[in-house]
Amino acid sequence: MTITAPSKAPATLDTVIESAEKVADEVLSLELRKVDGTDFPAWEPGAHIDVHLGDDLIRQYSVCSTPDDLSVLKIGVLRTPDSRGGSAYVHEHLTPGTALTISAPRNNFPLLKSRKYLFIAGGVGITPMIPMLEQAEAEGKEWVLHYGGRSRTSMAFADELLAKYGPEKILLYANDEDNGLDLNAVLALPRAHMLVYACGPGGMLTAIEELCMGWPPGVLHTERFVAAELGAASSSEPFEVELAQTGGSVKVQPNQSIVDAVEEAGARVLSSCRAGLCGTCETRIISGEPEHRDAVLTQEDKDAGEVMLVCVSRAAAGCSRLVLDL
Amino acid sequence: MTTIIEPTVFTEDPFTEAAIADPYPFLERLREAGPVSYLEATGTYAIVGYKEVYEVLMDFETYVSSGGLGPRDIREDDAWRPPSILESDPPIHTVMRRALTGVINPGTVRALREPFTLPAVEIVSELAKLDSFDVVTQLAEKYPIRVFPDAVGLPEEGREHLLPYGNMVFNAFGPENYIYQQAFANGDEHSAVVMKLCARESLDDVGFGSKIWDRVKDGLITEEQAALLVRALLSAGVDTTIFGIGNTLSVLARYPEAWQRLRENPTMAKFAIDEALRVESPFQKFHRTVATDTVLGNVHIPAGSKILVFVGAANRDPQKWGDDAAEFSLDRSSSGHVAFGMGLHQCVGQPIARLEMEIVLQEMLEKFETLELDGAPSPLIHNVLRGFDSIPVKVTPSR
Repeated sequence: MTITAPSKAPATLDTVIESAEKVADEVLSLELRKVDGTDFPAWEPGAHIDVHLGDDLIRQYSVCSTPDDLSVLKIGVLRTPDSRGGSAYVHEHLTPGTALTISAPRNNFPLLKSRKYLFIAGGVGITPMIPMLEQAEAEGKEWVLHYGGRSRTSMAFADELLAKYGPEKILLYANDEDNGLDLNAVLALPRAHMLVYACGPGGMLTAIEELCMGWPPGVLHTERFVAAELGAASSSEPFEVELAQTGGSVKVQPNQSIVDAVEEAGARVLSSCRAGLCGTCETRIISGEPEHRDAVLTQEDKDAGEVMLVCVSRAAAGCSRLVLDL
Repeated sequence: MTTIIEPTVFTEDPFTEAAIADPYPFLERLREAGPVSYLEATGTYAIVGYKEVYEVLMDFETYVSSGGLGPRDIREDDAWRPPSILESDPPIHTVMRRALTGVINPGTVRALREPFTLPAVEIVSELAKLDSFDVVTQLAEKYPIRVFPDAVGLPEEGREHLLPYGNMVFNAFGPENYIYQQAFANGDEHSAVVMKLCARESLDDVGFGSKIWDRVKDGLITEEQAALLVRALLSAGVDTTIFGIGNTLSVLARYPEAWQRLRENPTMAKFAIDEALRVESPFQKFHRTVATDTVLGNVHIPAGSKILVFVGAANRDPQKWGDDAAEFSLDRSSSGHVAFGMGLHQCVGQPIARLEMEIVLQEMLEKFETLELDGAPSPLIHNVLRGFDSIPVKVTPSR
């Protein structure tokens, strides 16, 4: 057994809330500025920040402002009945002028280069998509957004997106007006050179993963709403991988996959799609706790924690060292 | 702006016995004609560059599969059988692929390691009593035919038709030459038996076959599609793996140092297999149909053209793999090779094939200290598959 030390907390930034505006039923949009008036570090579409809500209560929220303006960061927070009341705290206590400690933006959901994009958002899952749409549009890519929610009044930013990009590119579906977002129809026809980006509730993403089995391996990129409790939080910290077969260990940086790090160190991993979809790189875990990010393993396999797909999956937050059968 | 060039007209026929028996000198001459050239003998475009082959595999809208993998457009002519998943495009392809991927994936294949290991131990233990044997007839042709039909859930009766049927299916990806005619000699009988094996009532209740049929119940696919998917497994899952095992061992028999390194570190077996499949790819070439006028490798290809995709050449393209592309090297990362295809139609059975090959190679490494050729392997004459009908080897058993 290895003993895992808690990962070092990332550097924090002191901010102040510039505005707090209700933008949909139960969704509060917060704009933050640095207390010292300087710019935020550069970030790319898909990035999120940790928001410190007190003692050890930390929540992750996607950044939905524009990376072109680093003087401000915007997040959208849905009020959910989570056990420790993170989002309720945000809704009740965060008002303009309040000081707020956050992490620098980090990205587990980067927009990869492609000729075409299909974006699918469920509810507040729209937030990471907003900067993605902006980038796809600026680069002149062919893209479309399918955005579903319980009702039009629950769908944050829907009207401004529609006004900005038009009804050809922004397709809105409300469960109480029509039949809602029909994923079957949206994903019925795979397109060449098209990546699929999806963010929303777990049930929606599971359905999308199943439908994308009919698409080329590797096209689907998802971000699940991060589990509510700290500890299950998504980690972007560097971690060590000990190579039980080869000997030695390698450090995996936040922007690097285990496969890349291991190969850079001169060791070997068999891989194919490098996107968590084909399963070629499935590797036995000798010790340590993984954070599974693939679409291949069943929930049962993921819970068992005996194997992981090292092209996309990482060490869980709080686990600084994985020992792998490599 | 890219300059559009006229394709070099290449006059040699890729489907002659000489070009098939020793394909690599032929492919080198073809490569000199450029990544994309025009084949006079067949009236098709040859795609040999890695970059161009990769683009064809990724752009399934421009380079469609519903025209069939053979030289004729099966949408205009009668196909010899109802089109398979490999001969379909979205959205027909999409539901079939979903059904198949849901059934065959790393999770379901992992459970096969144990049942797949015992037959390998038995076969290789028998070989360990010999000083020399034939890798093809005594190992490669024996093993997949024992384990794979069990995994699909086939009855014993009728299995003898699987190899001849697979031979038909793949030879039909080439022209209707004498090789094709020989493969189709008793074609009607093989086809009839195999189609019967694909029916729900022929299959047991636990194999991949019944799992595919379960998707009829939940409305994803039709009964006809379920039978076609089981047929796809049966036609694609046996020959290719036999050739994969044979080709891997034919390569390793020529690289004794690699054999020693693998014996010291048997977990590298899967890398050795991947690299061997790159150098000696079992599935060498197939056709696609160009749906709309396009430009590939600076060559304009008109809509309706058939292109012949040489994956075996892409896997040896020096621009991708370096000047030693034709050499087997345990130190090379062969990741990105296209021996299993890539993209939408990438081999679904890949995890099964890899598992079979790894188990066999690991058994061989354990039982034999050395493995060397005992005479030249005899190449199989086949329109699109690369393999051998005999690979004589000398061995020294482990002490």
